Amino acid sequence: MSAQPTTTAPDLVNIEVDGKPTQIRKGAMIIEAADAIGVAIPRFCYHRKLPIAANCRMCLVDVEMGGKLMPKPQPACATPVADGMKVMTRSDKALKFQKDVMEFLLINHPLDCPICDQGGECELQDVALGYGRSVSRYTERKRTIADENIGPLVATEMTRCIQCTRCVRFTSEIAGTYELGGMNRGENLQIGTYIGKTVETELSGNIIDVCPVGALTNKPFQFKARAWELIARPSIAYHDALGSNLWLHTRRGEVLRTVPRDNESVNECWLSDRDRFSYQGLYAADRLHAPEIKRNGQWQQASWEEALSVAAEALKSVPGSELGILASPAATNEEGNLLVRLARGLGSAHVDHRLRQLDLSDRPVVARFEVPVAEVSQVKGALLVGSDLRYEMPLLNHRLHQAVKRGAKVYTINPARFGFNYALAGEAIVSPAALVDALLALAKAAVADGASAPAALADAIDGAQHDEGDRDAIAVLKAGKAVVILGEAAATHPQASWLRAVARFIAQATGAGYNELPVGANALGLGQGGVLPGNGGLDAQAMLAQPRKGYVLYGVEPPHDFADGAKALAALGAAQAVVAFSAYASPALREVANVILPIALLPETDGTLVNVDGLAQSAIAGAKAPGEARAGWKVLRALGGLLQLAGFEFDDLAGLREGITERPQPAHGTTLAPRQPSAVGTLVRLATWPIYRTDAVLRRATALNAHPINRPAAVRMNANDAMHQGLTAGAQVRVADTLLAVAIDPSVPDGAVWIEAAHDLTATLPPYGAAITLSKA
Amino acid sequence: MNRITEYFKSLLLIELFKGMGLTLGYMFKPKYTVRFPMEHIPRSNRFRGLHALRRYPNGEERCIACKLCEAVCPALAITIDSAPREGDGQRRTTRYDIDLFKCIFCGFCEESCPVDSIVETSVMEYHFEQRGQNVVTKAQLLAIGDRFEPEIAAARAQDAAYR
Repeated sequence: MSAQPTTTAPDLVNIEVDGKPTQIRKGAMIIEAADAIGVAIPRFCYHRKLPIAANCRMCLVDVEMGGKLMPKPQPACATPVADGMKVMTRSDKALKFQKDVMEFLLINHPLDCPICDQGGECELQDVALGYGRSVSRYTERKRTIADENIGPLVATEMTRCIQCTRCVRFTSEIAGTYELGGMNRGENLQIGTYIGKTVETELSGNIIDVCPVGALTNKPFQFKARAWELIARPSIAYHDALGSNLWLHTRRGEVLRTVPRDNESVNECWLSDRDRFSYQGLYAADRLHAPEIKRNGQWQQASWEEALSVAAEALKSVPGSELGILASPAATNEEGNLLVRLARGLGSAHVDHRLRQLDLSDRPVVARFEVPVAEVSQVKGALLVGSDLRYEMPLLNHRLHQAVKRGAKVYTINPARFGFNYALAGEAIVSPAALVDALLALAKAAVADGASAPAALADAIDGAQHDEGDRDAIAVLKAGKAVVILGEAAATHPQASWLRAVARFIAQATGAGYNELPVGANALGLGQGGVLPGNGGLDAQAMLAQPRKGYVLYGVEPPHDFADGAKALAALGAAQAVVAFSAYASPALREVANVILPIALLPETDGTLVNVDGLAQSAIAGAKAPGEARAGWKVLRALGGLLQLAGFEFDDLAGLREGITERPQPAHGTTLAPRQPSAVGTLVRLATWPIYRTDAVLRRATALNAHPINRPAAVRMNANDAMHQGLTAGAQVRVADTLLAVAIDPSVPDGAVWIEAAHDLTATLPPYGAAITLSKA
Repeated sequence: MNRITEYFKSLLLIELFKGMGLTLGYMFKPKYTVRFPMEHIPRSNRFRGLHALRRYPNGEERCIACKLCEAVCPALAITIDSAPREGDGQRRTTRYDIDLFKCIFCGFCEESCPVDSIVETSVMEYHFEQRGQNVVTKAQLLAIGDRFEPEIAAARAQDAAYR
């Protein structure tokens, strides 16, 4: 009789929404079917990524089954579809119920839209326009709720809350921290932390996005602008290699806030706080607005012509073999390629971006994830090797969290008991000196299970002792889809070549995917693009160990961005020519550089970053660079042109990109660093890059730095070690001429002191894995 | 016959005297001319002249930086920057500029204002001596408001019944 399909796939059902026939999978809710065909049903509590609560009742619709109308309207978000169902979203009865629910929701909602930051982008405002009465019939007192201070990132105005509980479901299901909840009931239901604490999840900014009203708003952005004034420009996050997609909201060329841009294969609809609030760092006080030259020890502002000619002279004054080029691992592909052309033109083979890695003996080139990000949430087992995953790559950790909720088992081998927002199936917490041994024990379990070890590792694996836990972990990795994730705490380890080789062996032996986290946002792209030592070239560590006469620093902030800050400062300080391309002029950079050329940061420049899945994502300039600062590729083009080098003949970005040729992926080497016997009785430093201090922009992002998970610099050790050293919590100790406070931290294993890197006080301390001597101040 | 009548009419300058008579009549009628600026014609309380920002009787500025006036302004004459106020953290403007060269005195800003802060006063006698003076700042607008507050309040009170 009709053109409707008479046969359906077994897992699909036929329903009709507002007269439009559609098919949807069994078990789906009416609202999903309606959204799929573009029928708008008003809703507040429903969010496609969160569990269903059905507590706002805004999505009531009329439902007809088997020719009979259901006596009462049903919530579209919580009514599963059934074959032959007919849904009327705008029937008289449905509309009446929707309008009545709207009136109830507005009873306690304050009429303060003019001072509310959500005004203009408020779901309640929008729906009230369509479903609300123009005049309120409510004359009694409205409910008010006292506010809690939940930290420097999220502003609260809980009187505006309509109790949709999206934020509560977000913290429990996505962030996994259960920090927000509902207190009391009925009209007195209040959303909050109850104890007035800071919301400490690294994804807290997302509760701003999920909140349909102005109860939770962006604190750094508070009262700055209205949604309608802002121009949204697509961009990419550049603080980790996930490359989250985001929108820069700009006004008059200035980034005022950042919101996520949906990309199911990368960041879904979420954004980590690090990517969301880092834009504040763009406008730091020490941002450079004009080129500067050091003359007789004095810094002077200069014109571009002058500064470029000084830079060119400086580069010409040292022979190519004496010139080292150090690039930030977050530099774009285009900038990296130009640096390689610059090195080639100047006859230098010493180019590197792996500044934070101590052990480069296996010539590591990070490859793309074998288990793509989107599939990590489907794994059945995972092994984390030296990874504080939650703070290294928050949204990858979120994927693993989803896998754990589906029953995945996660094992870790870590140099400290890093915090995870899910239960671990097993963990080995050992001092950094014993990290390789712990991983070898796991490899031994794999060998015992029938795998054959490669020759280079066979002896070492043979000497290891494995236990029950190791066998369990191997069994889980073998049982189903699994992933071995090598984190930054392993990649920056002084024996990283061993960790990489053994972790790769375990992945191969168990059939698990091997995912190595790149150290830096574009480490993958720069590795592929050949921003690596050329033939006979020195790597980043060797360039500092065998000081060069000249250096080019590209987007690097000494000493914070180096694995061994003291060594870097010494080498740079002794060099006769240091040309720095930098957005900021820190005192240490002014100390070592001869000329600083101000460059734009990623939100202000065009560039391509390659994410962990090998996805090359191009960002376009969304904001204006301050003052005279220019895009890095333009500065390099001008400098290369001045030096009359080959490869700098292009005029625009298209010409630059044309000149970038595909190059074969360099294979990583197999040489391993010599094993260092772990000395008994010494304390070994564990150095991690704190989540909000991993690059120069983050170190200047004021709100993030005020957040409690950005801990002050301290010497963390467990109570046992502290007792042996005769130290108590809060005591001041001297570590290599620096005074630091002692913090007793039970997550640190015996024999280790955890001193986070990249703080002003800790950047020049002995590096990760070095023996630390503490003397009482 | 007709031509003869016309001939005599023009010979005796009858049209001229008619016109002169009309002019003479006006000499004795009351004058329409207003001796501006000593004299003013009556103005409606809805007159839309120079802008002002008002304060509450306790001296607190009314404007809450909702930016509706900026959004509604068809000539894009209003520019507002806002931030939490130092001290109490209230939502306030840090900059409120009206470019009077752009302004078309439509009064939409006043209509959109939820707190009756931006108003158009009956002031229409002003001039600029230098480039840039056409942009009136927040401080100037508040000063105008302070100066004319009784007049502004009276005009708003008169019109209240029709709003």
